[in-house]
Amino acid sequence: MSSYDAIIIGAGHNGLANAAYLAKAGLNVVVLEKNDYIGGASSSRELHDGWTYSSSSYVCSMLRQALHRDLDLGRHGLLLVPYLGTVNFGDGDERLFAYHDEEAAHHELKRHSPHDADAMHRFQTDLTRYSQFIRKTLLRTPPDPTSFRPRDIRELLFLGREIWRLGEKEMYEYTRFFTMSAAEYLEDYFENDLIKAAMASAGIIGTALGVYSPGSAYILLHHVMGDVDGSIGAWGLPRGGMGAISQAIACAAKEHGGEIRTNAGVQKVLVEGRKAVGVVLENGDEIRARIVVSNLDAKRTFTRIMDRNDLPDGIYEKASNFKIRGSSGKVNIALSGMPKFTGVPDNRYINRGGQGFTGSLETMERAYDCWKHGRWSDDPFVESVIPSAWDPTVAPPGQHWMSNFVQYCPPVLSSGPWTAEKRDQFGQTVVDKIERYSPGFKDLIVHMEVRTPHEIEQEIGLTEGNIFQGELTIDQLFFNRPFPGYAQYRMPVKNLYMCGSSTHPGGGVSATCGANAAREILMDLRRTNTVPEDDFYDE
Amino acid sequence: MTMHTTDPYAGERLKLSPFYARAEVLNIRNAWASWNGYKFAECYYDAEYEYFCVRNTCATYDICPMQKYAIRGRDAEAMLNRMVTRDVAKFGLNRVAYCVWCTDDGRMIDDGTIFKLSGDEFMLTCGSPCTAWLAKSAFGFDDVTVTDVTDDIAALSLQGPTSCAVLKKMGLDGIDTAKPFDIMRFPFHGDTLMVSRTGFTGDLGYELWIPPALALKMWDELYAAGENYGIQPFGEAATNMTRLEAGFIMPAMEFNEALRTVHFEHDQTPFELSLGWLVDFNKPHFSGRRALLKEKQRGPKYTLTKLDIEGNKPAEGSYIYKNKRCTQEIGYVTSAMWSPAVKANIALAMIRTEHLHGELWAEIYYEKELRQYSRVAKCERKEKPFWAPARARATPPPDY
Repeated sequence: MSSYDAIIIGAGHNGLANAAYLAKAGLNVVVLEKNDYIGGASSSRELHDGWTYSSSSYVCSMLRQALHRDLDLGRHGLLLVPYLGTVNFGDGDERLFAYHDEEAAHHELKRHSPHDADAMHRFQTDLTRYSQFIRKTLLRTPPDPTSFRPRDIRELLFLGREIWRLGEKEMYEYTRFFTMSAAEYLEDYFENDLIKAAMASAGIIGTALGVYSPGSAYILLHHVMGDVDGSIGAWGLPRGGMGAISQAIACAAKEHGGEIRTNAGVQKVLVEGRKAVGVVLENGDEIRARIVVSNLDAKRTFTRIMDRNDLPDGIYEKASNFKIRGSSGKVNIALSGMPKFTGVPDNRYINRGGQGFTGSLETMERAYDCWKHGRWSDDPFVESVIPSAWDPTVAPPGQHWMSNFVQYCPPVLSSGPWTAEKRDQFGQTVVDKIERYSPGFKDLIVHMEVRTPHEIEQEIGLTEGNIFQGELTIDQLFFNRPFPGYAQYRMPVKNLYMCGSSTHPGGGVSATCGANAAREILMDLRRTNTVPEDDFYDE
Repeated sequence: MTMHTTDPYAGERLKLSPFYARAEVLNIRNAWASWNGYKFAECYYDAEYEYFCVRNTCATYDICPMQKYAIRGRDAEAMLNRMVTRDVAKFGLNRVAYCVWCTDDGRMIDDGTIFKLSGDEFMLTCGSPCTAWLAKSAFGFDDVTVTDVTDDIAALSLQGPTSCAVLKKMGLDGIDTAKPFDIMRFPFHGDTLMVSRTGFTGDLGYELWIPPALALKMWDELYAAGENYGIQPFGEAATNMTRLEAGFIMPAMEFNEALRTVHFEHDQTPFELSLGWLVDFNKPHFSGRRALLKEKQRGPKYTLTKLDIEGNKPAEGSYIYKNKRCTQEIGYVTSAMWSPAVKANIALAMIRTEHLHGELWAEIYYEKELRQYSRVAKCERKEKPFWAPARARATPPPDY
């Protein structure tokens, strides 16, 4: 029987970040991963000879610079390359090109609506202002609003001051933001449907909400508040796929003495005298530690690897009712060449970046209706990117792979359980949709990996395949995440912590949940804090 | 009104590089600057995008405006050895060497590279014209001729992790055996394409040298080969980013050319620029030897230093202080940037040598929506270049 200072369950990027910071403080840590590869939802996998997919998450903008720099992830092999140029496809022939150059982008918007071209400036300005406020909270532990401890009061005062600085009007706007739908929010700015649809798509990605559902406005903000080197809203592709992020963080953790074990699924968290004391692995091995950190989602942590009798009253129910609905699928396609899209000029800066098969607000809402009825969308919203056009390491020269993120796809079908056949039908729906905009696309397909919420849950353990480890709605955000009273990474059982996206600030490859949890743990263990402050939001 | 058959402003217009016809089409932003009287791209599409091509795929940089001199004759080696601070006698055949040359006072005139093409033929490249200085340096040598061949050779730099793969794809068999600073020659449409494994980015890269008549043909073949390897032209802005990460110096940034320096000691010595390793006192006499020997013994007044600065605001034009209160000034920043690849706030700075090992603070000014802000940031000295990937030294280099 081995013994550690800390056991981290799950080698997703947040678990690794947590381990890196605990190890940096001198703790003897081990990360336990059920799969034979690390990274969880931030992984690169060669599933077809010569092609490396980012199987789950596929682009990155939320990874905090402060952590990137502090963990020296560049030296550990991480290069985050911003990609540019996106085409949004309307239901018919309309195309909206998001040019990199601001003035070119303006003229393109003007082609669709002179009104919206001007309104875009106000929209971007407002979003930037909101983003900057939220970014200030990312690498901080949410205060407990009911507590009178000096630290909570200090944090509340910090927040109060930041909110006050926004000005009175913005304070009202801000509260509206959390409760509105993306479509309603955009109504205040834009008139053109394709422009609205293109903007609204960020409001539904990863969430079981529609563009007209209250709360989707915040999801939109969550997707644009990231940045690449201070350029807010920009997205980057890690060279080598999303696994490069996890690998780099793992290198940092190992350099500080951390240990990572794969094929080591945890069956149960050991609790003795109301304290977590270790874990039992699926193979029966027992590992003991002073503290246990779960990087699994809140529902999985409290309903799957904990004994209900070890939990205080009400926690099991809270966890069971935690909103973590699967809503999206992923289709990774290896291609023998670069697809050509109708109505898109042969401009290499625009035709190989991202593709948003957005259609219209109406199409997106109809796609959501399918999900409500337990079916995958027959005309889904697909957000695609062709990483191989940017990254020479993920496909053979001249050949490509296309990442297709699909809304909506339910975790449970009304017609019965998911089968391989239904999964392939879902994949075919996506291919058919792309073929509509890229005749001949099907002929380029070399290999496909189709992931429904079922595969996502089975492979990487996200309950229902929810990519955020729990919905990002206000009832589950900030000091309510995952549950009111437990937002400071300490869980209802002593010496048990959580460090995954079920905690503040939520989903995305940000490494902040893991870092924030490490800061709290080190405080409890009376160790020197190793987690840096965020110094990168003053843009 | 008189119709001019010739352009009356011809004398003032910028000259065009042999690659201009292709570069013009790809310069989407119409962002042109100049270098030595040539029209020269500041950027083509987006400086940061081009920067990432250098770090992630590959990109080309038009170095036609760089000055090139053919130095030929039995005394060519002796003449160059009299001029530069390195020992030219030690240079291998078909090798390139980075050199500096100084005034008698040991102040740096320029830096550049010397190509040893045969026993009695060399090529010198440098940023600024130096025909007059070369003529002075050749004084007293019987068998040496110096010819300005700037307009006789078109040169294109290809830099980045896929650069070797692209040259292989282009048909340059054996290019992967070239070690850093090696020169190789390949037959090219009845003429010779010379390739050196050199560059100014700190990454894997090559420089291609071709007669101007074949320049466009070479460009086309290179770009056809590079199509699936992310090839893209890059301009001055991206060059400045990559060279700073590599820790390379730039004229008019890190050093003021001695022959163009008005104020006393506003030029620099190689020791001040941390280029002491280029000065060889064991070789025969060279310009500036006595002054440099004295400086070596005494120690340079300033030392060029690599800095990693806290925060994310580039320390452009900042003063460096000994204390956080910024009361004792000990140096100045010469170049600064946020490095997207390294994720660090990097800079080169001239620091008074006696204060080099103490605390270093930069007073950084930055603007936010028309208002000036300032911040005092702690600086950490770095010994190694900010960017030095293993592939830049590997032979054979990886394909990406």
